[in-house]
Amino acid sequence: MLRLHPYEYHRPETVDEAIALLVEHSGDVMPIAGGTDLVPNMKHKLFTPGHLVSLRGIAEMQDIAEDDDGFTIGATASLDRVARDARALRALPSLARACSLVSGPQLRRMGTIGGNVCLDTRCTYYNQTLFWRKALGYCLKKDGTACHVVKGGTRCVAAHSADTATALLPLEAELRIVGPDGERTTPITAFFTSDGVWNRRMEPGELLVSIRVPRPASNTRHSFQKLRARDSIDFPMLNLAVRVDFSEDHLVADLQMVASAMGSYPRRLGKMGVVAAGRWLTAELIDQLAQEAFRQCHPLDNMPIDAEWRRAMVPVLVRRALSEITD
Amino acid sequence: MHPDELNALQRTGADDPAELETLGADDFRVLGRRNRKPEGLRKGTGREIYTDDLALPGMLHAKLLRSPHPHARIVSLNAQHTTRIPGVHAVITGADLPTPYGIIPWTRDEHALAVDKVRYIGDAVACVAAVDEETANAAVEAIEVEYEELPFYLEPEEALTDGAAAVPIHDARREGRNGNVTKKVELEFGRVDDLMRESDVVVEGDYFFHGTTHAPIEPHCAIGNVDADGLLTVWSSTQVPHYLQRELARVLELDVARVRVVQPAVGGAFGGKSEPFDLEFCVALLALRTGRPVKLLYTREELFYSHRGRHPMSMWYRVGASRDGKLKAVDARSLLDGGAYASFGLVTTYYSGQLLTAPYELESYRFDSTRVYTNKPPCGPKRGHGSVQPRFAFEVSLDKVAAELEMDPIELRRRNFMGTGRTVNEFRVQSNGFLECLEAVEAASDWKKKHGKLAYGRGVGVAGSCYISGTNYPIYPNEMPQAAVQVQVERSGRVSVLHGASEIGQGSDATMAAIAAEELGVPLGYVRVLSADTDLVPVDLGAYSSRETLMVGNACVHACRQVGDVVRASVSRTLEIPVARVRLAGGWAFDSSAPADDDRRLPIAAAFQLAESEHGTLGALGHYNTPKEGVHGEYRGGTIGASPAYSFTAHVAEVEVDPETGFVDVKTIWVAHDCGRALNPMLVEGQMEGSAYMGFAEAIMEQQVMKRGTPEGGLHDAPSLLDYRIPTSLDCPEFVALIVEAADPEGPYGAKEAGEGPLHPSLPAIANAIWDAVGVRMDSLPFTPDRVWRALRDQADDMGGNRHESTIREGG
Repeated sequence: MLRLHPYEYHRPETVDEAIALLVEHSGDVMPIAGGTDLVPNMKHKLFTPGHLVSLRGIAEMQDIAEDDDGFTIGATASLDRVARDARALRALPSLARACSLVSGPQLRRMGTIGGNVCLDTRCTYYNQTLFWRKALGYCLKKDGTACHVVKGGTRCVAAHSADTATALLPLEAELRIVGPDGERTTPITAFFTSDGVWNRRMEPGELLVSIRVPRPASNTRHSFQKLRARDSIDFPMLNLAVRVDFSEDHLVADLQMVASAMGSYPRRLGKMGVVAAGRWLTAELIDQLAQEAFRQCHPLDNMPIDAEWRRAMVPVLVRRALSEITD
Repeated sequence: MHPDELNALQRTGADDPAELETLGADDFRVLGRRNRKPEGLRKGTGREIYTDDLALPGMLHAKLLRSPHPHARIVSLNAQHTTRIPGVHAVITGADLPTPYGIIPWTRDEHALAVDKVRYIGDAVACVAAVDEETANAAVEAIEVEYEELPFYLEPEEALTDGAAAVPIHDARREGRNGNVTKKVELEFGRVDDLMRESDVVVEGDYFFHGTTHAPIEPHCAIGNVDADGLLTVWSSTQVPHYLQRELARVLELDVARVRVVQPAVGGAFGGKSEPFDLEFCVALLALRTGRPVKLLYTREELFYSHRGRHPMSMWYRVGASRDGKLKAVDARSLLDGGAYASFGLVTTYYSGQLLTAPYELESYRFDSTRVYTNKPPCGPKRGHGSVQPRFAFEVSLDKVAAELEMDPIELRRRNFMGTGRTVNEFRVQSNGFLECLEAVEAASDWKKKHGKLAYGRGVGVAGSCYISGTNYPIYPNEMPQAAVQVQVERSGRVSVLHGASEIGQGSDATMAAIAAEELGVPLGYVRVLSADTDLVPVDLGAYSSRETLMVGNACVHACRQVGDVVRASVSRTLEIPVARVRLAGGWAFDSSAPADDDRRLPIAAAFQLAESEHGTLGALGHYNTPKEGVHGEYRGGTIGASPAYSFTAHVAEVEVDPETGFVDVKTIWVAHDCGRALNPMLVEGQMEGSAYMGFAEAIMEQQVMKRGTPEGGLHDAPSLLDYRIPTSLDCPEFVALIVEAADPEGPYGAKEAGEGPLHPSLPAIANAIWDAVGVRMDSLPFTPDRVWRALRDQADDMGGNRHESTIREGG
């Protein structure tokens, strides 16, 4: 079988201890929670850190807490726990759904929401064994200089594939990040960059500790859609999260749409609120929004699935998301 | 021994004598029942021992260096320095194994390690044995190879060009030929051109099968060991121990009598382990070189390179029929994309035409099949070898003929039923339950209320097929039996069955155990089975072409009846019952005319002891060879595809197509299969469901394809189980298995195959159901959502035009 490289495994019990280890071994260390993404990536020699800092023993990172204003979800809460949490199901159904659609049952029990938010970008030329990548001549994201998705491209366009991050954007979630210089809170909308090589704004030594999700207003509705080949296991071929704020007279006050699994970050589509504001959410409006989304979305050949078809599925997902909201 | 004494013997496991009353003269006691497999609990509880579970003292681990180029000459290879790495024991290259091999004796074109040239990305180049896998991997990385890259051909059409012939993948065997052609077969039966002209309806179309691999759970694994006397043993996850033993001896230049092959439990094979592989030669030679046991376990990625899966096939079919639906002429052309080596390709090329001629009566038939080398992992036999692709093209063609004639597609098939007798290519069919299969799926699926009548998006489709129960001739020409079984009866009542069949999950051990229990009257739990060890059990040629139940089963019956006759004779004399009335069943030997009579029965162990006292140790060898007279035509190639008995299948698939996304949700597949006689209905149903599943998976999802373009050309698109998608339980339709039994005189108790035939109709039945659902013809596999979406889009663009090429001729 594929073998892992040798590494030292650390088991801190507090966030401070974890940060200290990340700083101590800076440049040769990675945090590991569920390991469901990192371990296969290490087997593919995409990462070969000499030290792994396990986050599983840190109690303060595991809780899911609810207060009047919203939820604080520990970064190492398992995807399965969030997906089944009765409070989350009631108040944050789109997030619970996104969690429930990640991979399969066994991996959801191991995999964590923080790990999913920080999921490495994915590409058909990158998520392969060392033998395969070497035969290719490597790529821009790892060990090479050429992009094979966009020939001649100088910017990595590996696909952002984190279902939960897509769902968290229209929820206006905030990420609590702790590092050697203390902690900071960053809105998830400002967390991602378009660089597929490393698309998270996180400094070495920093850890995502928890996710704060404000309680949605009572006249707000969310929907999350995932396009995948099988009813289990698969990463998204397309992700869509939609939020509609209704006014008291049931007109659309604002409408946000986030699409992902195309380029390297979850993209908030433009103009949606402008088009929809002050109107009834009718079939005609839904169709107009679907066409607008289609115009703005351009999936790439970063996965071995027909990009033209994926693009054609954008309006389908938009219609399904908005129909779900009007139902 | 006095009968009273015998009666006192242990009766554990014997049936209640009262139950024997219900036994008719030919009722089965064990066969025909849903008995558990002997290995079932071991597998279910994780206690089964597979090759990789074996560890021998001092065992080394081997790794292969594989080619990063699709086609290249090896200019230089520097490997010996790696033996200086601590922990590395030996390294071998192509120069160490110069003898070519191949499963088909006429096309030996492979080397365990590349000699001079590599022919696909993943072709093995060198092999290192070290103390552990990490060290072996490091040594493999340190090997230096200089390649001169050659032009490579990823499609058969490219390999057939004159330019490609100038730099062929394999040297031409004759001057002036293109070395890239493995095999070409052209056969014609009857007046195809005349009858095509006379047909009232002619349907013509191009079809494409894309290529799939087996994806067994267990990766290939082999261990080589040389004992103190120099005897070589290779444990391997193979399905052909006998052929492997022969090829190991030939390539390693050893006396075949000094080579032993043992097949531990195999975790799935499906045809992907039915020939010798690089790893088996490498562990053998490395064991000989180092004097230590050597293990090599493929990574999942390596399975996609060793491959031998179903050939991509481009097919052209023209089918002519009369106005009343009778088939008059079938004309077929197929181009097989073979990958880098021949494997079973010679047979595949024949099978792509020869196996199409039942269950329908074809008045005339012609096929022209060409297999071409390409710079891709080699294709070979996958469940339903060679005939799944043409069956798809043909059964979709039949659906089009039915549509043209506005005839129910089941009715069309019924009208063309051949019954028993000779196929157009002269195969002898002695049993044929295809009509019952059609009736079973028609009734179970509620076909008449559904076909053409469901709402847009939902549809049903039907397809039929035929398959072989073993090949009439072995792979290397010889007159010896194809299968043999040794049965030993022990005085405790235990029966041992030693047979050569390869248990690969299909149930050959269970079948032999059940036959022995039935024939010798012991409870199933008293039978021990030892199989697939070339030193200890009689020969069998292996688990391929669905041959085990019929061939090894017949050999087992032959052995058991010899022993049974001896036991019955002894019981007859002792109890003074006519021998014809002595029955062995349910743990007893008894008078079949008075089963409940205490004075006229003995516990079976007592009967065995009686017989052993009179005759000496009880045991017998049985064998089976195929009939040679009158089973096939005498033309060149007429033996290939000939089988002692043929199985038949019909499927109805019901699908729901999402017209927006193109996703095809297969709701139910009703599978009716004529297996002759179900020796264990549970195992037969398992094979039917598993086959239908595999066909469904190939139709909907699975794709073994290579990337094109520069520099990625020739790289496998998805060499992992994440990206090579096989359907999960959530993606599966409901499978409804309907057993049909048209007993065949050649089969044991009438039994025929069940492990491959039921795969074929899945693909065309789903295609035909998609047509019924949304009115598009999916002539090109697979039916992934993007492809169905495109077909629907093209249909919308083309509304009002012809939906497929066909012509109805006036007159006749």
